[in-house]
Amino acid sequence: MDKLILIGLNHKTAPIEIRECFAFSDEDARAALALLCADPAIEEAVLLSTCNRVELILVTGRNANAIEKAKQFLARTKQVPLEHFDASLYIHRGEAAARHLFRVAASLDSMVLGEPQILGQVKTAYRMATELRSSGVILNRLLHRTFFVAKRIRTETGIGDHAVSISYAAVELARKIFGDLEGKKVLLIGAGEMAELAVEHLIHNRTGSVFVANRTFQRGMELADRYHGTAIHLEEIVPHLQKVDIIISSTGSQDYILRTPDVKGIMRHRRNRPLFFIDIAVPRNIDPRINQIDNAYVYDIDDLTQVVDDNIQDRQREAVKADRIIDAAVVQFRQWYERLDVVPTIKALHAKVRGLAHSEVARTLGQLPHLTPHDQAAIEKMMEATVKKILHDPTQFLKGDGCHGDRSNSLDVARRLFKLDD
Amino acid sequence: MQIAFIAAILLYMLSSAAYFAYLFIQRDRLQQIGGLLLMVGFACHTVSIGWAFAATGHVPVNNLHETLSMTAWAVVGAFLVLNLKFRIKILGVYVAPLVVFILLIATQFPREPLQPQNMLKGIWLLVHIITIFAGDAAFALAAGVGVLYLLQERNIKAKTRGFFFKRLPSLDLLDTTGYACIVCGFTLLTIGLISGMVYAKILWGRFWSWDPKEVWSAITWIFYAVHLHVRLAIGWRGRRAAVMAIVGLGVLLFTFLGVNFLLSGHHGQFTQY
Repeated sequence: MDKLILIGLNHKTAPIEIRECFAFSDEDARAALALLCADPAIEEAVLLSTCNRVELILVTGRNANAIEKAKQFLARTKQVPLEHFDASLYIHRGEAAARHLFRVAASLDSMVLGEPQILGQVKTAYRMATELRSSGVILNRLLHRTFFVAKRIRTETGIGDHAVSISYAAVELARKIFGDLEGKKVLLIGAGEMAELAVEHLIHNRTGSVFVANRTFQRGMELADRYHGTAIHLEEIVPHLQKVDIIISSTGSQDYILRTPDVKGIMRHRRNRPLFFIDIAVPRNIDPRINQIDNAYVYDIDDLTQVVDDNIQDRQREAVKADRIIDAAVVQFRQWYERLDVVPTIKALHAKVRGLAHSEVARTLGQLPHLTPHDQAAIEKMMEATVKKILHDPTQFLKGDGCHGDRSNSLDVARRLFKLDD
Repeated sequence: MQIAFIAAILLYMLSSAAYFAYLFIQRDRLQQIGGLLLMVGFACHTVSIGWAFAATGHVPVNNLHETLSMTAWAVVGAFLVLNLKFRIKILGVYVAPLVVFILLIATQFPREPLQPQNMLKGIWLLVHIITIFAGDAAFALAAGVGVLYLLQERNIKAKTRGFFFKRLPSLDLLDTTGYACIVCGFTLLTIGLISGMVYAKILWGRFWSWDPKEVWSAITWIFYAVHLHVRLAIGWRGRRAAVMAIVGLGVLLFTFLGVNFLLSGHHGQFTQY
């Protein structure tokens, strides 16, 4: 499997200064890939470029110094001296390359373990390669296996379960309280950046109207406009607790803005419908004792961080399972790859045709008991000769006369044409 | 139809196993299998009870064995109906082992009814028995859902997010389901008590005779009536509603069995053994 090479750098091996040099736009990537494929040493290529990584997945020709060429290619297209990033590069060959690609697509190699975007990015990279016809039999097979493995890992392990960012964690908790968030009203107290992020996620879940209470009314209005909401004064917060369901506070206030009696008084008017307080301010804006009131739930920034940490640990445990699935997939890919060799394919082809002919002849002879042994031998001889003649040309073709440099393609076609892989 | 009865118990056991596996492994397939086994078990159970009904001509609640069997049947039936509207997959972990438990106790008592009394006939009686059992089953489910609510509420309040956090549905779904169970149970119980009184009038000439069973039935009815009232009038939902559903099951169990064993009165043949 030495023809398969993966060369690249990622957030673990290269600092941001280097990674940003290798940011390919869609157009850049197309041009670069076309250039790369023009090199006769490279038979197949896929270029994966995200904000955290750039990777070249290559199938090289025989006796070619493809690694050196790939490095030069990276230095040349982005005009970065090779010595600046040479130490950051990792090079995987054969099985290791396949394993690395599987891990990347399954998000085991991501900065945020289990984040879902990477699979889409790999798919985009592959689509580009197919459009430019830079991928061939081996990479087609490898990438299809990659998508299959990544999807399987996502469904069979909990690698993508549970939120690993504060604002997602808040949304996840809200869903455990309210079930459906549709139409739930949100009150923002203070207009911090993190609060905005949380609101974005909530609105994504089709929550209802948004109220914004801010010290400076002007700023509150600006934010409210953005979410088609209503700005209110700080004094109006308590009466508004009757209407809203989710409260996100992030003010710089040194004292509690909401205390137990405020909420206790309002719960009766709310007929005890649940209230969820998300307090991301430090010092805290919401008295934590409010959490003791029935149907009121208070989470502060530490609580949410704890949730996120727990979830990250869960994902790490799930990653072990994912690696097991990848191990199996690597073995399968290697088996496929090894079968894609001339000798096993020819053997399998002969065995298949000969086997078919033998069983047919045996059946026919069974129905003709009156034939003499001499006749039978003649029929069998004829069968042997026919098989030999049929197989002669394909065998010669596969042995190399006809495959103009694209032997793996021909082997693949032969195997599929005769269904040799079953 | 001893064979159908045994088949039902075995299927319920397998269903319990599937639900428990689901609790730990969280594969949706396991929960589907659990539900399917429960359904097949229910079919066998129905055959067994239907056979007894056809053979004797009255609803088989003439001894403790039959009564418990009928209870288990009603609980499974109520769960299957509930599943049509509220899909709380994890509730099977409560229901399946519960019916296995009830049926195993039932097997400890003799099957043969002692001298079936002629009184167990008539349309009012049929309505009475069916609605009471169905209502009780709905209350049993409400209590189960209540337990799940309390578990999940504690997870969220204490911020521990333990074993059950991801396995249980949202508080809102649990609360709504519990409420729906109580409303159904209360409606059925009301019909059951009215039809029972009408039957008593036909049989004994009076609607009400201050029998302990009657008194405790009234207490149970009042308890659930209060439960619904405080919920609708002052919004006692969530934890309080869950606690009330669980306490309610206690009151119900006393009315259902406790009265027969500890006090006396009519409905005696119901728990004979």
